[in-house]
Amino acid sequence: MALTAIFFYLFAVLALASAATVIVAKNPVHAVLFLILTFFNAAGLFILLNAEFLAMLLIIVYVGAVAVLFLFVVMMLDVDFAELRAGFIKNAPVGLLVGGVVLAELVALLAARGIGPVASTLVAQPIPQDLSNTEALGRILYTKYIYFFQGAGLVLLVAMIGAIVLTLRHKEGVKRQSIADQVARGPATAVKMVKVASGGSAIPDSKSDH
Amino acid sequence: MPVELTSYTAALPEIILAAGAMVLLMLGAFGAEADERADRVGWLGILVLFVTGVALLSQTGTERAFNDAFISDPFARFVKLLVLVGSGAAIVLSFDDMRRAHANRYETPVLILLSTVGMMMMISANDLIALYLGLELQSLALYVLAAIRRDDVRSSEAGMKYFVLGALSSGMLLYGASLLYGYTGTTTFAGIATAAAAPGAATNLGLIAGLVFLLVGLAFKISAVPFHMWTPDVYEGAPTPITAFFAAAPKLAALALLARVLSEPFGGMEVQWQKIVIFLAIASMLLGAFAAIGQTNIKRLMAYSSIGHVGFALVGLAAGSEEGIQSLLIYLAIYLVMTLGSFACILAMRRESGPVEEISELSGLAETDLPMAFTLAMLLFSLAGVPPLAGFFAKFYVFAAAVKAELYGLAIIGVLSSVVGAFYYLRIVKVMFFDDAKPAFTTTAPYVRVVMIGAGLFVLLYAIYPSPLIDAAAAAAKSFSF
Repeated sequence: MALTAIFFYLFAVLALASAATVIVAKNPVHAVLFLILTFFNAAGLFILLNAEFLAMLLIIVYVGAVAVLFLFVVMMLDVDFAELRAGFIKNAPVGLLVGGVVLAELVALLAARGIGPVASTLVAQPIPQDLSNTEALGRILYTKYIYFFQGAGLVLLVAMIGAIVLTLRHKEGVKRQSIADQVARGPATAVKMVKVASGGSAIPDSKSDH
Repeated sequence: MPVELTSYTAALPEIILAAGAMVLLMLGAFGAEADERADRVGWLGILVLFVTGVALLSQTGTERAFNDAFISDPFARFVKLLVLVGSGAAIVLSFDDMRRAHANRYETPVLILLSTVGMMMMISANDLIALYLGLELQSLALYVLAAIRRDDVRSSEAGMKYFVLGALSSGMLLYGASLLYGYTGTTTFAGIATAAAAPGAATNLGLIAGLVFLLVGLAFKISAVPFHMWTPDVYEGAPTPITAFFAAAPKLAALALLARVLSEPFGGMEVQWQKIVIFLAIASMLLGAFAAIGQTNIKRLMAYSSIGHVGFALVGLAAGSEEGIQSLLIYLAIYLVMTLGSFACILAMRRESGPVEEISELSGLAETDLPMAFTLAMLLFSLAGVPPLAGFFAKFYVFAAAVKAELYGLAIIGVLSSVVGAFYYLRIVKVMFFDDAKPAFTTTAPYVRVVMIGAGLFVLLYAIYPSPLIDAAAAAAKSFSF
């Protein structure tokens, strides 16, 4: 148990520290790299909770896709972060005020014990003993939560349509590869038989090019 | 665990609509020339909406599906029908405008259909996750629709603003939902209702904070003051048929969702939410009345008008009674028709050089196009709430419900702001009938004209035969227990 505790504190401290660094780091590329470190530590925490599926998901989806996408955006777009931060000091008082109010509310919430008496009896969705948690998640996702699963699918479909509608442009005069045309090419269209006179050129009509 | 397919029948209309939208997406992706494809997908989209409506009307009683995450009761069906009408009309209105702007894309009707699926999911939501997914499906499609004219700076700006503020409001809503889940330990509305009825729950900070954040998120979506900032810019920047869609369908869905959330899971906490709803209602009515006075752009004016109307609709909700819900439903139905008619008129404002949106362009319309001037005048009188037009009755019902619930102050402020609001509606009528004539507008597409005249007739003749709407709303309002 002591080992678990050590790992818990290791992951937790690292996660918090790297999350703070994400905000503080001047260089946006460093910020993204620290974000990745945060994700890895969160994944470690999930493993401690025996939720290995979520841990792997976090690494594959968030590190593999989302964070790398962030990196691409940060490195490819010419965003002047110093300029973006210029308004920070000016707006800081308002931000602090709003943040302070929300923080005070949260503290009050914690002090008032915002957890109902029935909540603790309802939260547990016990995993059947003979199943791994990946399998258990799969079972519940496709039965009890099928509606939410399909709904989320529709949301993603809309996101995809939106991205295509707003960005895809068919430019005129761009030479595109047509795989169907390439595959359909046969000897009849691709090969031309030329009778070459001895001593002559094999390139047809080479003279007319001059 | 085998699942009976018959357990999905409650959601049959949504399934038809979603499947139809996806089929149309495939149809649009392949085939003829762009304009032709867009028109074909548009008309087929209206057909899909119609079939969905038929499936909706064939349902009776209260049906539940998906472990109680989805509910189809008379209330849901009433609002869903209105939303379907709004979506269909938006597609009809979009044909001509999009073609003339050379922005006729088949994705527009598909996105409208998918957004409608989201709205229907919202209306039928009986679970926090279903609520969020429906809301997000609806909003995401709307963000794209606002920016669909991507080469137009104003349209892109509208899409961007809507997206950023909408994402912020979704965040608030999710935060509220997580607090509610933290307190109750469940996401189902029934479970939340049970937990909220427990002794001491109604004054628990966790539950109240969750409720407030949820309300903030929803107030953003219905653009109630003080969460209305995005509305004028988005309405002005988005293409006009899309603005008509924004003003009509999503507001109805979000208001219906709000009504369900407040009446079902939080029915026992009326003391807590009533003050918030009253504040939202008063602020929206006043801002809608006063801020619209200075507007010169008719789309901006309609944005402020819609903010005001949301305020009036919230008066019905604030009453927290069956009469209140009934008046809210009648208000939504009449508001839908008035909005669609007004936007059909705005779409008809077009000269050789392109569409015009300034109120001064309507100058002397009575001389050049009397039918349109008359129709628009009727719609504006109705929006202002002048008897005997439909808009008067809509306001009358909500104020009657408020008075019955002993919210006298709210009703008085409502009537006063309605009087102030009448000023700017009547100013447009004055411009149309008494100012010097400007050159005539170019001829409009016949179906835009149909929507315009249809809405005008409804507004004029509602007083003669109001009972079908009243009865339907009364039956729908019985879905909630008070």
